[in-house]
Amino acid sequence: MSLGPHLLLAIMEGTVSAFVLAVTALGLSLVFGVMRIVNVAHGEFFMLGAVLAWWLTSLVPEAPFWGFMLALAVAPLLVGTIAIVADRFVLQRLNYQPEATIVATIGLLYILQQAVLSIYGPEARPVVAPINFRIVLPWFGYSGYKLVVVGAAILLLLAAWYGVTRTRFGLIMRATQFDGEIAQAFGIPVKRVYAAVFALGAMLAAAAGVLVVPLQQAHYLMGLDPLLLSFVVVIIGGLDSLKGTIVAAFIIGLSDGIISVFFSPTLAKIIATLAVALVLVFRPNGLFGGKVR
Amino acid sequence: MLKVDRINCFYGHVQVLRDFSLDLAPGEVLCLLGRNGAGKTTALKAIMGLVRARSGGITLDGIDLVGMAAHEVPKQGIGYTPQGRRLFSDLTVDENLQVGLMTRAKGAETRERVLGLFPLLRERLHQRAGTLSGGEQQMLATARALCLEPKVMLLDEPTEGLMPIMISKILDIVATLKEAGVATILVEQRVESALHVADRVAFVENGRTAEVVSPDHLRADPSLLHHYVGVGVRK
Repeated sequence: MSLGPHLLLAIMEGTVSAFVLAVTALGLSLVFGVMRIVNVAHGEFFMLGAVLAWWLTSLVPEAPFWGFMLALAVAPLLVGTIAIVADRFVLQRLNYQPEATIVATIGLLYILQQAVLSIYGPEARPVVAPINFRIVLPWFGYSGYKLVVVGAAILLLLAAWYGVTRTRFGLIMRATQFDGEIAQAFGIPVKRVYAAVFALGAMLAAAAGVLVVPLQQAHYLMGLDPLLLSFVVVIIGGLDSLKGTIVAAFIIGLSDGIISVFFSPTLAKIIATLAVALVLVFRPNGLFGGKVR
Repeated sequence: MLKVDRINCFYGHVQVLRDFSLDLAPGEVLCLLGRNGAGKTTALKAIMGLVRARSGGITLDGIDLVGMAAHEVPKQGIGYTPQGRRLFSDLTVDENLQVGLMTRAKGAETRERVLGLFPLLRERLHQRAGTLSGGEQQMLATARALCLEPKVMLLDEPTEGLMPIMISKILDIVATLKEAGVATILVEQRVESALHVADRVAFVENGRTAEVVSPDHLRADPSLLHHYVGVGVRK
């Protein structure tokens, strides 16, 4: 295959990665933006989404499409419930202190990972794509499901944008993000908002995990890469900027796809980490971030 | 109406309020005066439930506020404009008002009534709060609190950094609220301005209510101001 088609393939792969990453990182960005919590367990919510998708689709093996739809609807809800429990019994008890919650979410990461290892096992398990067709280009064929992933991710991102900017809950979230203490003085139950935002962040990660599982199989360690890349995206985009998160997801997703295809995935991660270092030195608030309050 | 009875509040291990007490009748304006760090702002925060009273009682019309979650306190009818305004600067004027209206069932009516008091804000509805002038920001902070349709208003240094014309507008609003039967606790550094609207003046010293006097008494005995605040007042 010559350079042009090779590059096209890399861009298409990068675009799929970028959309999945944007959905995952958006969850992390919302949680940090509103709660000021660095959720180190975010990747595990992604992993749980994928593992639960395997379990839910295995309940209806004769109808993979409906099994997958069931997974897409139920897995994020289950993961959101786990996040609410974690918020109630871990984060709330630490009074959402930034340093303490970093340590606590590291603990949560290991608890979730080891629980999945114990119950689900160490195997990587495949999930059948709900829609299976190929797009035939003159140079190569391409999985149609990947376009479905892009479409679903666009819908999720639009829904998140609408929710944050156009709804009553979005307004409550933004007021809480700006000044939680004063939000309480206007009747906003900040702890409940935090629980909802933590669940929403986890649900976005879980939805990304469900979407991606037909492409890369469910495995108990699969949350680590999305966690690293989400941090890269959130730092480059700006710690509380949704727009920045989306733009940075595209920069990182595309560069990761292209560098991985032409060179190696390891080099792609090294360059992403270098980009984070450069942003931290020259624009510590990220490309689109405001001043951290 | 509002009764604060011997409350004690702490920041960590540091005690800020010591047996702090006050009471407020409907339509009354009580001015809190005292040096920086005396505990005036903490007293307002304690009433709002933003700082927990470890002991003592706070009641509004007989309802206990101390055991109440902070977000339930404004629903009892207490509006708060904090020191430094603390607007949601990234939100528009309209969105700031919507936050104020969160607890109101008939939000549209209340919003119109509040905008009637501050017509300038109507022209700025879609402007981000952080881009308003200092006076406009104070108007918005007051309007946002009035959206709660409060029985009691807590105003923490509302004239700080404002031009004289804005100061008189803010004090006019306090007088209007008083006529409407809304009680106000006013923390103020501009003593002379505050005395125009205050019914009583409470001096706060070392976290205690040291003395409560009438404005006339204070004008007659300016040594109180020298003692508790370190400034004088024109007779």
